[in-house]
Amino acid sequence: MLGRRIRVRGQVQGVGFRPFVWELARRHGVTGTVLNDAEGVLVEAAGEGLAAFEAALAAEAPPLARVDAVEGTDADLPPCGDFTIAASGAAGAETRVTPDAATCADCAAEIRDPSARRFGYPFTNCTNCGPRLTILRALPYDRARTTMAPFEMCAACRAEYEDPADRRFHAQPIACPACGPQAWCEADGARLNADPIATAARWLRAGRIVAIKGLGGFHLACDATNPAALALLRERKRRPAKPFALMAPLETVARHAVLDDTARARLTEPAAPIVLLPKAAPLPEGVAPGQGRLGWMLPYTPLHHLLLDAARRPLVMTSGNLSGEPQAIGDDEAREKLSGFADGFLMHDREIARRLDDGVEIAAPPMVLRRARGRVPGTLELPPGLPHAQVAAFGGQLKSAICLTKAGQAMLSHHLGDLDDPLTLEEFLRADADLAELLGHAPEAVAVDLHPEFRATRHGHARADALGVPVFEVQHHHAHMAAALGEAGWRGATAVGLVLDGLGLGPDGTVWGGEVLVGGYAGVARAAHLTPAPLVGGDRAQADPWRNAVVRLDAAGHGALAERLFGHLPLAPLRAAAMAGVNAPLSSSAGRLYDAVAACLGLCPERQSFEGEAAMALQTLSERGGDARPYPFGLGPEIDPAPMFDALARDLAAGAPPETIAARFEAGLAKAFASAARAACDAAGTDTVALSGGCFQNVSLLARVTARLDGLRLCPPGEVPANDGGLAFGQALVALARMESG
Amino acid sequence: LAHGGGGRAMRDLIDEIFVAAFRPDAMEDQARLTHAALAKPGARLAFTTDSFVVTPLEFPGGDIGTLAVCGTVNDLAAGGAEPLWLSASFIIEEGMPFATLRRIVASMVREAAAAGVRIATGDTKVVERGSADGLFITTSGVGVIRAGRDLRAERIREGDVALVNGVLADHGATILAARGDLMVSTDIASDCRPLNGVMEAVLAAAPNARAARDATRGGLASALNEMAETAGVSVELDEAALPIRAEVKGVCEILGLDPLDLANEGALVVFVPTDEAESALAAMRAVPGGEDACAVGRAVTRGPVPVTMRTAFGGARIVDMLVGEQLPRIC
Ligand SMILES: [Fe+3]
Ligand SMILES: [Mg+2]
Ligand SMILES: [Zn+2]
Ligand SMILES: [Zn+2]
Repeated sequence: MLGRRIRVRGQVQGVGFRPFVWELARRHGVTGTVLNDAEGVLVEAAGEGLAAFEAALAAEAPPLARVDAVEGTDADLPPCGDFTIAASGAAGAETRVTPDAATCADCAAEIRDPSARRFGYPFTNCTNCGPRLTILRALPYDRARTTMAPFEMCAACRAEYEDPADRRFHAQPIACPACGPQAWCEADGARLNADPIATAARWLRAGRIVAIKGLGGFHLACDATNPAALALLRERKRRPAKPFALMAPLETVARHAVLDDTARARLTEPAAPIVLLPKAAPLPEGVAPGQGRLGWMLPYTPLHHLLLDAARRPLVMTSGNLSGEPQAIGDDEAREKLSGFADGFLMHDREIARRLDDGVEIAAPPMVLRRARGRVPGTLELPPGLPHAQVAAFGGQLKSAICLTKAGQAMLSHHLGDLDDPLTLEEFLRADADLAELLGHAPEAVAVDLHPEFRATRHGHARADALGVPVFEVQHHHAHMAAALGEAGWRGATAVGLVLDGLGLGPDGTVWGGEVLVGGYAGVARAAHLTPAPLVGGDRAQADPWRNAVVRLDAAGHGALAERLFGHLPLAPLRAAAMAGVNAPLSSSAGRLYDAVAACLGLCPERQSFEGEAAMALQTLSERGGDARPYPFGLGPEIDPAPMFDALARDLAAGAPPETIAARFEAGLAKAFASAARAACDAAGTDTVALSGGCFQNVSLLARVTARLDGLRLCPPGEVPANDGGLAFGQALVALARMESG
Repeated sequence: LAHGGGGRAMRDLIDEIFVAAFRPDAMEDQARLTHAALAKPGARLAFTTDSFVVTPLEFPGGDIGTLAVCGTVNDLAAGGAEPLWLSASFIIEEGMPFATLRRIVASMVREAAAAGVRIATGDTKVVERGSADGLFITTSGVGVIRAGRDLRAERIREGDVALVNGVLADHGATILAARGDLMVSTDIASDCRPLNGVMEAVLAAAPNARAARDATRGGLASALNEMAETAGVSVELDEAALPIRAEVKGVCEILGLDPLDLANEGALVVFVPTDEAESALAAMRAVPGGEDACAVGRAVTRGPVPVTMRTAFGGARIVDMLVGEQLPRIC
């Protein structure tokens, strides 16, 4: 019998693809088989409607599927009178796992339907939604290898699981109140018998703080409308100002945030990230002091849906950890670490196999700031033509993430965190081993940052030594640039990279961070950079904005202004250390220039209570300032901020509003770097500019730069973070390009 | 001072400054030594050497001479040896004032007496202006380790307690302040002192003490990293317990330095079994200047890094060994 053998590649396993094909075949009057194998899904089909059937495979794929390719060939097939799903054996096992997905609309409706058997059940899911990576212990992905293994399916669930027409066909975490996981509340170390959702909601409404076991870890929750609860949580977490994330149903978000279609779409994606949205109806300041945007996410598990229904107010949902540490995932670990923060616990008995934070994203322009739950282990396509080698890249120090390449794809891991924290370092090492196993990854090369003292760099060298494979050291901002180019699929000869960043070690031994680079994946040259200034106190300069203000003001001849603004601080030793070069390396960091200007405007000048606080406060002002006349910068291979400080000093003296000063600074910075990038494009004969580095998380700066580079082909950050969370992806691309060029 | 090339002028210099100070018999080409302890069964000879360079040569609490004697004495003492004899070799830059040299030599004599060691041999060279920075001193030391004494980092076990004999980072902070160009003024003085006395007291009180180190260059951080690495354990420090003066913290704060990385010249870190910690501490505190002795951490199961610290807020951070010049890492 003549038919077609059709190979479907992409994210097609564990997402209800086979029952979809089965249903599609019935609809088109097609006979044959469908099965999972190591390469994806294989369909053999014959019959009248074959052409329409084949076309619909990609076009009508289920919500969680991502079809990368449908490759059909004519084939002589054994005759058969039906369409069947081939039994799952070793060859038919699911070899890839998809990201965790937020509760789908059907399941959300089902738990609110008093006549449904899963009414009020917090662990409801189906093939279109539910936990995946967070419950996976090992591949292949089937129930026995997940933390659902201890729960034996009841007859009713089993029937759904085995029925191709049911949306729970082969949904591995399928569960119901009769057979699945249970929730309960704990207080003062004792398990309570009361209804867990109602109890937790009552606690929250009473202003208590509740630790909630979720999907990829524990949250600490409180009533976001209750200033006293917010103050209590801030006090207990010793977190004076860092914004809290919020969770609420879409209607509530729409009341408190400016919500357009793009933002709505991003919020309701299966990844259900935290989306930063401009404020509408106000919430207490304690949610996110001084911020123009709040981070919102929708409930993404049935437990969250039910809890929000019962609490009837937006909740703060911040990660359940000590500051800097990874969030707790084990029950006992959470009890030990969070009992000082939380008045009660909402627990459940489905174990969390893998720790995944909530992702943080921006809707417009679409940008991932923290790649996390719902996005991993999703892959990114490599630009065409790069070798299909297996590279392990280990990223940066503070926002560490790992990237593994294989067969033309890159798996950029979730945000792992600050590697100076011993537990985070352990998590990083575990994630490396874990992801390698998950992907069957055997590195042929390792890529690391040029900075020898990044722990990730040291780990990379150790791994490479153990494996006997080469190490590629990649300059920090070259990696940022490559990440943006790679995401755009760029594969040309020469591009320009406009990298505005915190800092990274340069090959000249100084610390870079405000750079115009020219080159490609294999290598770059430095075309222009911010005039360097000393970082007095090394990493302390990152924490204390005034340090940067003083050295910049001094360099611009405004020492007297520095004394007026910061006279109460130890200026003399700071200046002396700068002069003597004691722990005061030179740096062209754009991020530190932001800090300097922020300090001049009195934005947390002495100490930031969290990374990026000063720059975010400056962004808030600059957005209010809107269109403003740019401050001048000295142009040339060195972009000198001294003239900018002249103008800023005049504006300060004249009592100009801080919004204006902030906007004029940012407009000036954008203008200066955009013109340097344009000049570099002209000189190199290219029209491609990659925009990357942590400063581009600031959408106001991104907009100002983008406007000035009109007519050029821009590669802005998107799914790959502009910050160091995207570094590993860029490092991997550079390594691949260097392997290619030998 | 202008005495290059040996000869008559050099002879005069040595006569005038060194021989007079160290006694004539000290400056022969070779020292001939006899010591009863060496003849005892099981006793072992300890032998160490170190070179000393410091700017400025004199600072609150000491000078390069104090350092040269204490440094080598403390190396021997931390290894469990009774320090006995030192050699001292001087490289002197032309133009070095006699008065300074005399003061430095006097310091050496005083510290040697305090430590109960003899400076038994030595050498001097005068080099042209510009080929040295004032004065360099190299001392070597010989001591005797009594039979049955075995102090090695390999002996540290999980659960052992880490003790220090007093405040940390004073020396490093003093040198930074004494440079003058940093505009930090302090009342801090170097902790430079011989440690053989306190070491003997600890060993008497804690016969099963595992290992000790004088936490000099690279500070407590380096000493603990090395010890933990050798022992195959991790060390968990308790930030709240660390004896560091507020003033020292202030200097470190402004310069962005970690007090744990700053040099000490009189700080001993000793690992003892839990049940001997109290008596060892009491012994440390009984030695003059040891009032601030305390337990700073303990050895735990080997983790991914050798040394971590519980911070005051209940978090933790990794305590690295200082490698060369520190470059900022935070992006
Ligand atoms: Fe960076
Ligand atoms: Mg030494
Ligand atoms: Zn569902
Ligand atoms: Zn069931």
